[in-house]
Amino acid sequence: MSETLDVAIWRGREDGKFQSFAVPRREHQTVLDVVTEVQRHFDPTLSYRFACRVGMCGSCAIVVNGRPRWTCRTRVSEVLEDGRLTLEPLRNLTIVKDLAVEMTDFFDKWRDAKGYFEPGPAPETDFVVVPPASRERQAANAGIECIGCGVCYSACDVVSWDENYLGPAALNRAWTLVNDVRDRGQAERMDAVATDAGCHACHTHMSCTQFCPKQIAPTYSIAGLKRAAMKRAFGGGA
Amino acid sequence: MRASHKQRGFVAAMLHRLSGIALAIFLPLHFLALATALNGANALDSFLMLTRNPLVEAAEFGLVAALALHMTLGLRVLAIEFLDFRETTAAIVSVCAAAACAAGLVFVFNLG
Amino acid sequence: MSALLFAAQRLSAIVLAFAVAVHLGTILYASHAGLTAGAILARTHGNVAFAAFYTLFVVAVAVHAPIGLRNVLREWTPWRGRTLDLALLLFALVLLLLGFRAVMAVYA
Repeated sequence: MSETLDVAIWRGREDGKFQSFAVPRREHQTVLDVVTEVQRHFDPTLSYRFACRVGMCGSCAIVVNGRPRWTCRTRVSEVLEDGRLTLEPLRNLTIVKDLAVEMTDFFDKWRDAKGYFEPGPAPETDFVVVPPASRERQAANAGIECIGCGVCYSACDVVSWDENYLGPAALNRAWTLVNDVRDRGQAERMDAVATDAGCHACHTHMSCTQFCPKQIAPTYSIAGLKRAAMKRAFGGGA
Repeated sequence: MRASHKQRGFVAAMLHRLSGIALAIFLPLHFLALATALNGANALDSFLMLTRNPLVEAAEFGLVAALALHMTLGLRVLAIEFLDFRETTAAIVSVCAAAACAAGLVFVFNLG
Repeated sequence: MSALLFAAQRLSAIVLAFAVAVHLGTILYASHAGLTAGAILARTHGNVAFAAFYTLFVVAVAVHAPIGLRNVLREWTPWRGRTLDLALLLFALVLLLLGFRAVMAVYA
């Protein structure tokens, strides 16, 4: 095992550049350990995000050697390439500083896709019975573990090509709500997602599904939205 | 190269898209070539004589392969979108590409 | 609108899956049998089934290709909006016109 890691970290904003650090290599080191060591012992001006450190919050998502990942769950030994680590902020989002990006667009699109529960004017007053084995509940289950980390959004090439594209996370969340039998906002939601900037723009590149740290498959959720939009277009109702 | 560009889904989408563009450009030319038959079989034949050279035959291999590739990859997309097909390996994409090459080769070998 | 374009593209794709399979098979047969233009035209002249099949093929292509190109141009160039849609509608009409002309050339 070599003594040091050659770590190149993006500094500044879009017009910034890489700065290199020689970080001691340690056993069981994670990428989060590396950035923490850099910030504490090499350059206190380095900006990066983290919170839980244990793969629950999704705050630490960045691009490591070209692939979006959570730093806290990425072992250096897994991703090292010739003793080199390249750390960049998430793609498709405005850089605030160094490895921290502006998440506003990501969550705005979640709202624009109607990725929130709509109880309607007369919400149920008692529990709604939703059988766990029902098709809708199973479909919702497959997508609800999303913690909004932004990895899929960073990985998606259609997001890079079309700044209006709602993106895999927002559409995946919309699909879970399409399958929520209590929701009363289905018509507005389908209007929001069955657009050129919505589910129809997904070209099944499947990078989102490939990289999601929670093993969610936004591709299949979006395929569900495509089918729902077709049904609706041919008079199937909202 | 960014990691998303090494994924099978992206490779499949690029092959699908590029073959589609090639076909869209080729098609009007194909229709024009066929319409030379309006001037009789001889007119079409003499036009076709122009195509009996290795460069054109290579292009024809490309076109037949592009058509077959666009179709096989398109069927994959239809399966994912409408049959809820859950793809787990890159095998399907490889099979589509192989079938397309085979179609192209069969065509070229039959031109004699 | 977007859902209808998407539906038209996918439905024309299904039509084309059959049409392309038949077309590829036909072309491979014709090249294998070494048919000349004259021999091919002798089989297609006055052949109603042939004309009907290829007319359907032309219509499906005229729907499918422009919608596909629309995605490519919107994503890979700055062009979008009404002018793009109109340009592609024009392309669809061109394909229909040239396609029908080609079918007539080989049928009539």
